[in-house]
Amino acid sequence: MDTSLIRELVPAVIGVLVRRGADFASAEDAVQEALVRAYETWPHDPPRDPKAWLIAAAWRKFLDAVRAESARRGRELTVDAEPPDGPVPDADDTLRLYFLCAHPTLSQPAAVALTLRAVGGLTTRQIATAHLVPEATMAQRISRAKRTLSGVPLDAPGDLATVLRVLYLVFNEGSGGDVDLAAEAIRLARQLDALSDEPEAAGLLALMLLHHARRASRTGAGGRLVPLAEQDRSLWDTAMIAEGVTVLQTALARDRLGDYQAQAAIAALHADARTAAETDWVQIVEWYDELLAITASPVVRLNRAVAVGEADGAQAGLTALADVDPGLPRYAAARAYLLERAGDLDGAATGYAEAARVATSLAERDHLTRESARLRQAARR
Amino acid sequence: MKYLLLKHYRGGPEPVIGYQPLDQWAPDRVDAHIRYMRDFADRLVGTGEFVEEKALSPEGTFVRFDGEGRPPVTNGPFAETKDLVAGWMIIDVESYERALELAAELSAAPGPDGEPIHEWLELRPFLTGFPSVGE
Repeated sequence: MDTSLIRELVPAVIGVLVRRGADFASAEDAVQEALVRAYETWPHDPPRDPKAWLIAAAWRKFLDAVRAESARRGRELTVDAEPPDGPVPDADDTLRLYFLCAHPTLSQPAAVALTLRAVGGLTTRQIATAHLVPEATMAQRISRAKRTLSGVPLDAPGDLATVLRVLYLVFNEGSGGDVDLAAEAIRLARQLDALSDEPEAAGLLALMLLHHARRASRTGAGGRLVPLAEQDRSLWDTAMIAEGVTVLQTALARDRLGDYQAQAAIAALHADARTAAETDWVQIVEWYDELLAITASPVVRLNRAVAVGEADGAQAGLTALADVDPGLPRYAAARAYLLERAGDLDGAATGYAEAARVATSLAERDHLTRESARLRQAARR
Repeated sequence: MKYLLLKHYRGGPEPVIGYQPLDQWAPDRVDAHIRYMRDFADRLVGTGEFVEEKALSPEGTFVRFDGEGRPPVTNGPFAETKDLVAGWMIIDVESYERALELAAELSAAPGPDGEPIHEWLELRPFLTGFPSVGE
């Protein structure tokens, strides 16, 4: 069964229920129940019209819930069994759901979970498995998020920046369980780009595509991390790179530069080089300068220093690093890298060992430990 | 972000309040202490932050390989191990600050006199599997 087809229907079906008078939280619950039912029955009994099936099933679930609630309160049913013909649902419903699920009042984990369920159409179990938490915890995280949103209308004005941040978080969560969250984030970003007129939405999609295209080359034997300069570029997905570049160029032509477009431009310059040596580091530094002008982020400053080290030599990179906050997680790794390029192998070996101690991911820690060991062995020879 | 909250039988900084092991408390105080921990875990399920909770027996044995075809060598149990882990809770939270707040809340479990016990808990971040994107 092609689950992405069902999942694409989810936001539209929630929109239909809300237009028929259901509140968002109940509509979303009803659609989730209908979705779980669809997964059970569709493989052996596929519907002729999947969307109509999902709407009918979700509306029934919604009515059941309303009836149960009315019975509990001893009050009359307030919703008609036969729904009124409300205004025709439009594509904007889906865009509004993106905004609602990434509402600024939500914590990031809550926004991520709600987006994956209400916009992505994933089940609570899939989201829980992907995040390695119990299903009960994830169910609570989602209902709590919906309680936080109670009273916020679906058509409340939204903030695209928070939506983009949530999708980028999902992208960076990688894969867990049977769901590839990076691929899901790309699907959602692609859909968002089609619905939104903002070049930054395109910028984020381009950034994701350009990174995802290199995924196969990013890990070597035993899951070890392969740094960009050592990646086997024949493994890069050239079609995906081409798509990313096209999306980016269209966005840049709108002349409203933003954070994600600038990051995507840097990713595109890496993707464009046939060998690591052919990388246009001078242009990359220029893009980092653009990025700094937009965000003034310390992480950007750090990455810029590494790029300067490639463009103008390691010593220039170390000088640029002097302006960077040494408390950043990857500061030690960047410094060790530049020290090695500058010929200070002892300093680099110590630096890599220090970087391994403060690494926040296992693959990174192992990589930095190997780098330190490599330099120490070289020093003994 | 996932964090491990480690509870120690022994080890860590000097206790703020000197107290006897649980088995020497009044039974209703023991119940109150255990109930607090259980309610705390339930509350974290409710906030969508609970991942796992486990307790360990204090009886542990050191084991090591002793060569092909030979039985494993064991050592212990050690009554005097300096650092002894009693159990753990894993939480999944938005920030380090939130993790600190929850650890402090758990550390406020009622002690032998019914007042917060101020127990030291060790907070350790988990390493993620893979770094996030960014060259």
